[in-house]
Amino acid sequence: MLELLSFGPNGWGGQLLMGTAMTVAVAVSAFAFGILVGSLGASAKLSHSMTLNVVADVYTTIVRGIPELLVIYLLFFGGSGVATAIASAFGYDGRIDLNAFTIGVLAVGLISGAYSTEVIRGAVQSVPFGQIEAARACGMSRWLILRRVLVPQTLRFALPGLGNVWQLTLKDTALVSVTALAELMRVTHLAAGATRQPFLFYSTAAVLYLMLTTVSTALFNRAEISANRGVRRA
Amino acid sequence: MHRHPPVSDSAPAAVVVEDLHKRFGELEVLKGVSVTAHEGDVITLIGSSGSGKSTLLRCINMLEIPDDGRVVIGGEAIALKKARSGASIPADARQVERIRTRLGMVFQSFNLWTHMTILQNVIEAPVHVLGVPKAEAIDRARMLLDKVGILAKADSYPVQLSGGQQQRAAIARALAMQPKVMLFDEPTSALDPELVGEVLRVIRQLADEGNTMILVTHEMGFAREVASKVVFLHQGRIEEEGSPDKVLTNPDSDRVRQFLSRHLSGAA
Repeated sequence: MLELLSFGPNGWGGQLLMGTAMTVAVAVSAFAFGILVGSLGASAKLSHSMTLNVVADVYTTIVRGIPELLVIYLLFFGGSGVATAIASAFGYDGRIDLNAFTIGVLAVGLISGAYSTEVIRGAVQSVPFGQIEAARACGMSRWLILRRVLVPQTLRFALPGLGNVWQLTLKDTALVSVTALAELMRVTHLAAGATRQPFLFYSTAAVLYLMLTTVSTALFNRAEISANRGVRRA
Repeated sequence: MHRHPPVSDSAPAAVVVEDLHKRFGELEVLKGVSVTAHEGDVITLIGSSGSGKSTLLRCINMLEIPDDGRVVIGGEAIALKKARSGASIPADARQVERIRTRLGMVFQSFNLWTHMTILQNVIEAPVHVLGVPKAEAIDRARMLLDKVGILAKADSYPVQLSGGQQQRAAIARALAMQPKVMLFDEPTSALDPELVGEVLRVIRQLADEGNTMILVTHEMGFAREVASKVVFLHQGRIEEEGSPDKVLTNPDSDRVRQFLSRHLSGAA
């Protein structure tokens, strides 16, 4: 039975490995996109502009308030249409078809970004204002303060929260299997069906997911320790 | 012994504050204050809490933007304008940044950057704002840390230092910019009593070296010792100003007299 998991001609090992790689690729891209969206979202929520506040609130309310699977369906069935409409507004006439990978990254990234927005906003607010004032008093420009004081300090406060968001993001990639993208969940599903050994394959997938989350949690812990240099641990 | 010699009014003006007004919402904290610090002056601002002395100090380097009046640093007036909301804002952010490099500020709560070592704190602004070569900045930083007595802590992080050591590091950080004027905002108020002395010693040394300084403090004995001029603020106005002997020993104002009797006996 274990032959089914091997890399031989009758085994699914190679495909499971490819699926795992695809899962990591979607998760990493979506998390990175989510951090970008989250930084913009946090800036918008903290800005003095009412319009930006409202836009960011609407975004986080919608994305956090509807099922994640539904976000993926909405992007899968509507994403290409929206992209085509945006492109034609810039004068491009053809139709744009987003592939499953792009849709997966966008969908999971938007979900991830909504949570990152809140994490980053909280972290920015945790930076002691006195340290910003001290930077101003030295004649530092806004950009320099952002780069040298605000971002490094924010990162320190945001890392634990972002570690959680990363884990959610990694697991959310399983939902992308509904778009037939050959990530770990999809491959497992196919293998389970083809071999009639669902429990074997689903438990193998569980082990693989667990390995990914364990390794990445360890990496986040190390990053936290290095970002907390000079801070007494509570 | 350490008493600061009176500074001649003919020395060039380092800081001129003219008819400064500052409101926080409905509350008018400064109601038209004018002060001049000549080069070499050590001015102490005293008064009860809420008298506006910290706000006055923070208006000098534009951490608070005055609603009205003028601030002139080394002969250069800081240009302000009215935003559409009616709030007063700097007309040119670059000018404010440039002028701030000439004003060293020391805060009540130190405000060291916690993610950097003490040495990194001290070289940060010289390297990234003034463009001083890093090796040169490090040499100078080590000299300053030695001067304030914490060279051994150069590679420690702020949290590993006592309050008194952190404040001395903050003073070194401000000095590293080679400012024309040092501003101190209640530099010993957040310290345990036994740590106040080590910080006052450093400030006194800076005064003795002829640095121009403006100091908000509750340490009356210290104010008397180092000041060339004492300014007493009450409810956003100058109640009395003059030499420390005059204001702190024989004031004209009853308010000053009451304040002193509370602070000389009670706080000491």
